[in-house]
Amino acid sequence: MKIIKSSKSTAQTLELLKHYLPSQAPLKDFIHHNTLHAFQHEPFYRGLSKAKDVFGYNVLLSLTQYQQLFHQGKIDEHILEKILSERKADEIQQWKQRLLDPVIEQTRESRIGQLRAFWKSKYKIDLDSLVHPLLFRLISSYLDQGIALWRFPISDHGFLDSVRELEKNSSVSFFRTERARSLLLSKSCSLESLLQLLLGDLSYAEHYLFDQQFAHPGWSGMVATIEGQPGFLTDQRTISLQDFIIVETLLEIDALDDHFGEIWSPLGLKIDNSIEGLFDEVVSSQWFEYLTIWHEAYEMTYYDQVLGAFKDQDVTDSKANSTPKFQAVFCIDDRECSIRRHLEKEEPNCETYGTPGFFNVAFYFQPSGSEQLTKLCPAPLTPKHLVKEIKVNRTSESDFHFNKHAHGLFAGWIATHTLGLISAFRLFLSVFFPRKNATAVSSFDHCHPDAELTVEFEGTDQKTGLQIGFTYTEMADRLEGLIKSIGLVDSISPIVYIVAHGSSSVNNTHFAGYDCGACSGRPGSVNARLMAEFGNKMEVREILRNRGVVIPKETIFIAALHDTSRDEIQFFNGEFSSSAYQEMNNDNINAFNRALTINAVERSRRFESITFHGNTRKVHRKVKRRTVSLFEPRPELNHATNALAIVGGRYITRNLFLDRRAFLNSYDYQNDMKGERLQGILSALAPVCGGINLEYFFSRVDNQQLGAGTKLPHNVMGLIGVANGTDGDLRTGLPSQMIEVHDPVRLCLIVEHFPEVIDEVLASNSGLAEWFTNEWIHLVAYHPTKRALLWYRNGVFEPYVPSNRIALSKEELDKSTYSSAENIPVTQLIR
Amino acid sequence: MESIIHLLVFIPIVGFIISLLIPKRNEYILSWNSFVIAGLQFVISIAAIVFWIIGNERSLDIREVSIFETSGYDFYIDFFYDRITAVFLVIGASMTFIITMFSRYYLHREKGYKRFFNVISLFYVGYNIVVLSGNLETLFIGWEILGVSSFLLIAFYRDRYLPVKNAVKVFSVYRIGDVGLIIAMWLSHHLWASNISFYNLENYDVVHDQLAHHSITGFFLSLMLFVSAAAKSAQLPFSSWLPRAMEGPTPSSAIFYGSLAVHIGAFLLLRTFPFWEHQMAVRWLFAFLGILTSIVATFTARVQSSVKSQIAYSSIAQIGLIFLEIALGLEWLALIHIIGNAYLRTYQLLISPSIVSYKIKLSTFQSVEHKPTKSFGWSKQLESTIYLLSLKEWNLDSMMYRRLWNPLKKLGSRWSFLTFKNVYIIFGAICVLGAVLVVNRDLISPVILPYLPEVFAIIGLLMVIKSFTERSSVRLSWSLVITNHLALALAISFNEAFNLSHMTWYLSGVLISGIVGYACVQWLRSMNEWISLDRFYGHSYEHPKTAGVFFLACLGVAGFPITPTFIGEDLLFFHIGEEQAFLAFLVAMSLILNGLSAIRIFARIFLGPHVKNYHEVAKRSS
Repeated sequence: MKIIKSSKSTAQTLELLKHYLPSQAPLKDFIHHNTLHAFQHEPFYRGLSKAKDVFGYNVLLSLTQYQQLFHQGKIDEHILEKILSERKADEIQQWKQRLLDPVIEQTRESRIGQLRAFWKSKYKIDLDSLVHPLLFRLISSYLDQGIALWRFPISDHGFLDSVRELEKNSSVSFFRTERARSLLLSKSCSLESLLQLLLGDLSYAEHYLFDQQFAHPGWSGMVATIEGQPGFLTDQRTISLQDFIIVETLLEIDALDDHFGEIWSPLGLKIDNSIEGLFDEVVSSQWFEYLTIWHEAYEMTYYDQVLGAFKDQDVTDSKANSTPKFQAVFCIDDRECSIRRHLEKEEPNCETYGTPGFFNVAFYFQPSGSEQLTKLCPAPLTPKHLVKEIKVNRTSESDFHFNKHAHGLFAGWIATHTLGLISAFRLFLSVFFPRKNATAVSSFDHCHPDAELTVEFEGTDQKTGLQIGFTYTEMADRLEGLIKSIGLVDSISPIVYIVAHGSSSVNNTHFAGYDCGACSGRPGSVNARLMAEFGNKMEVREILRNRGVVIPKETIFIAALHDTSRDEIQFFNGEFSSSAYQEMNNDNINAFNRALTINAVERSRRFESITFHGNTRKVHRKVKRRTVSLFEPRPELNHATNALAIVGGRYITRNLFLDRRAFLNSYDYQNDMKGERLQGILSALAPVCGGINLEYFFSRVDNQQLGAGTKLPHNVMGLIGVANGTDGDLRTGLPSQMIEVHDPVRLCLIVEHFPEVIDEVLASNSGLAEWFTNEWIHLVAYHPTKRALLWYRNGVFEPYVPSNRIALSKEELDKSTYSSAENIPVTQLIR
Repeated sequence: MESIIHLLVFIPIVGFIISLLIPKRNEYILSWNSFVIAGLQFVISIAAIVFWIIGNERSLDIREVSIFETSGYDFYIDFFYDRITAVFLVIGASMTFIITMFSRYYLHREKGYKRFFNVISLFYVGYNIVVLSGNLETLFIGWEILGVSSFLLIAFYRDRYLPVKNAVKVFSVYRIGDVGLIIAMWLSHHLWASNISFYNLENYDVVHDQLAHHSITGFFLSLMLFVSAAAKSAQLPFSSWLPRAMEGPTPSSAIFYGSLAVHIGAFLLLRTFPFWEHQMAVRWLFAFLGILTSIVATFTARVQSSVKSQIAYSSIAQIGLIFLEIALGLEWLALIHIIGNAYLRTYQLLISPSIVSYKIKLSTFQSVEHKPTKSFGWSKQLESTIYLLSLKEWNLDSMMYRRLWNPLKKLGSRWSFLTFKNVYIIFGAICVLGAVLVVNRDLISPVILPYLPEVFAIIGLLMVIKSFTERSSVRLSWSLVITNHLALALAISFNEAFNLSHMTWYLSGVLISGIVGYACVQWLRSMNEWISLDRFYGHSYEHPKTAGVFFLACLGVAGFPITPTFIGEDLLFFHIGEEQAFLAFLVAMSLILNGLSAIRIFARIFLGPHVKNYHEVAKRSS
């Protein structure tokens, strides 16, 4: 019985393939997403079990690792027992014993690759090693965005046609044999006909194509992604997965012809035993059940103490008392979590807020002197506005080492004789005295501080059809949306800071993943500047007043950019009406700077090469130095350790030490009893934070297949991706240096609102609800009046009573903060 | 001055030994050790230059111990210092100094941190021996160390498929270079009837006298030197190994393949220049090959879409020019060129990850205009042809397989009757027959006698071909490697002067290593590990220590300078007469394949993706 046959058409198979292939964009647009997005319509563990059996991914930690965590006390025994009592009520002790018994780890077997393995076992031919090198070279040269000096001769009709043109025009051939060449040139090479030739039976096609493409998911995924969104490439290419597969299949036929002559029996005839269908139902093993129980206990150990910290805490809203000295709006990013805590400590009379870092303005940005547009809003949005940077001359520093002449023959000859000696000097300096130079990425370069922006409406741009600038009503809409969603509607301070963030680093191919996720992997400085300018316009305030939102006349908005790797801040000049403001601002800036230094010190506890001996400035200097050191693969740890998202007033988190592990979104439930704003917040938050969290999760548990492996041997391919060495497939996911300190736990989203309202929000948006009902993100309601916690399980909110509560004084906490590189439990701060 | 040179040789060796002894977890001390050694070396190299200038810039030759001496044969260690040494010493020390500093942070927390610094230290030992060597024998010791440390560094990520595959590939090219050097040594023995030092090469009369009478031998000697140099410096037809060697961490690629290792071929040519200086045909040939490489590599570099392979081919092109400069006798120009190229490529490689942000920033502010395909104004056909050829790297990579390894594989697969047991029976018979014949050498008809060495050498070669192409049995393949050595020893025994003590020198190392290696294999089998040669098994994941021991055994059977076999191989050649060129060829082929087969066995059993994938295992293509 052959059960692997499938009746899908090739077109259907291609669609299915695109769904399962990695959907990572080119490097400059690196955006975090759920690596196993293809399984998201299934409940979490069932999805993982499928991913494991079908594609052979490692989806959780190993049994031995969980046992180690247990022995280190990172999995709580009581919690493990509690979980066992819920699931295995009769045999708790037996199961516990089984979980703790020494194990021989099981070898993973996967369905992918089984069909195509017959080439090796029956024909004794290693097609991959004969086809991949040339195939990768071809596709990499075709998609190249500017490394090669001699570009692939591209025709207008796509990849296959370009290959065909080149083959036709050249006296030598891509192929070793005649048949593949004439198939290509005859234009009659439909994918079906080639597969027929190769397989003899098209019902094997689905399994075969999956096997073939998942032998190099990196390149296939890139092709599929660019096919879907050609705009990812600045230098555009027409490409389709089908074209790519046709070329690969031709190369396979060529390799077979070369080896056997033109007469060989198609693969379909040699398949004599039955192998499982790729997507047949998977049978969950007991082994996998062990893993899920362990993982559940591991996660609950962490969540329990998080929720414990919420218990009995003092949540009096201090806001009502007086107008704070200043207010600062930050991004929800987990890296901003600690800077807010430090700022509030340095200036107790201030308030901080969190909101997605595009600050509710979506637009394309055109830097001065550039033809290109940069999207500055969350990836799924398509902006209609254009903002230009004007009145400033931008020149980018250049570096000879990237110059094309360094690769020429005669120019290179001169270069090596002259500049080679300069290189020696540069090499020495960059290793012993690292300094910023043209190779580095700086978040402060994103927007020139002296530049002006086309904020106000100026009609439609001829070239792009986008609207230049915003009308006053549009500005008012965005400002109103922002302040209402975070609950900043009364007691507005004299100065409100809008603080965007970005990151600086050098020798970092994944730099886009370090910037603001809500700005499509760019720093958010332009967004912050726009929002500040909106707020400062009297016309806008007038419109808002008519809508019942009063912004005091004397209030000014100031934009700023926080560099998360350097812990530096840049303020974009506001106009000060009086010297009193100037003074107040200076005072605030000092508070910011003090907070930044302490923040750098807190971050440094994770860096083994920095030890804190009391001198905060020295540590801050070292932290800054990391960002310009060529040899530093970890300029910052980015989102590593992220685990929480909290939507609610600051008063519920102000007394908590969250260890930089939480995305904090400010929200005032009282202004939103119907949950309309909540829906907006959650719709943005779930894919962004959930995407970040799950990408870290899967890159951590299978760094080899779902992550990018160590970044040290990475080689940049065509400016769009990285591979190991020169012959490798593109690596997707995150490199090991980004995830090594990350604990793979799912995001726990805590929302301050009535469970009924949250239920309604989910009921009205099924795409959003999927995240929570399938438990790819955990959801907890924090009841605003009862101050009770309710866990969302199987579609229902159930009361949850945490068992532990840790409360420490500031001094006790500081002690552990600076002496350990480990995660610190969420702690209530006793004041 | 002499003691300075001794220091320069011994400091890296001491550094390497210390590095081996430091515990794995102690990152700080490990890197600090390499760093201090390289720093010290740098200071001393500068001091050496000062002393050398004070001493009127005279070339200095230091004759050390003779390791093996017999009538007409003297294997001695010799060191030499002149301007070329001075330049290479300073490049080596400064580069190692900078790279170790770079790597101590860059490799932080990397699995294999200690392995990395060990291999860098070993590499540096080899480099200094080569640079300071005073004769071909000493140079060869360093040369072998370079080859092995290269293998280890390319296969640094030993649990992935491609690094291991490429490491074996590069090793096979290096092996060809090694044998070029062995044959060159053999020819020079016959040319001067003794081992000649580089110092003597500078003596015009010594060289010229011999060349006048043996111009053909001289030509071949030069050619063999060139083969070695071309293999090490990735010149045609070997070029395609260089981009494939970029599998290790970026700084190791930078120091090895950006600067030090890749210029060693140029060093060999500079060092032996006095020898071929007056052979005009040779100089023209070298110049021509250098230019040809430059042109081909420049085209190839232009179409590369990955940053490291682009740098690799650009570097090859410049080294082609360096070869040209050497052939033209422009020594100082070549030296400056080497310095410049080494630093330029190293720095380019180190900053290579920055190219993404740099080029994207650049393209934001400079609109990219693409001239439609016309880049040379040639006819479309010529242009497309060159583009396609360059994209396929002028078929250089596949050529080695199609022309050399695949025919061998086909040949080997014909002898499936050679099973593990049969080998012992057949080989036992041949051994007895051979031994009987050797003992009764006097009784053999003088008509047949001259052919017997060739016959046995062919038998030996066939064995190693079978060993190299065996797809399943590890024990068979390993046994054939050993028996190949025995067959070679027998073959040479038919020549007059090869006596028992020489035979002992040669075979002692082989036998001990053979037994150790065999024991490792048996031990793995007793652990119920699944081993075969049909794929990579990656057992170093669970058995790193066994892997280490087996690797040493492989080096032993491959004639690496850790056992007397190393000298034995040289002795073997010493006994091949000048007129027995065919025999020399057979023995050389045997030795190439021998080492390759041993390393292949090692790679298949211990390296690559682990067969038991209960942990994270990378895809084959990654």
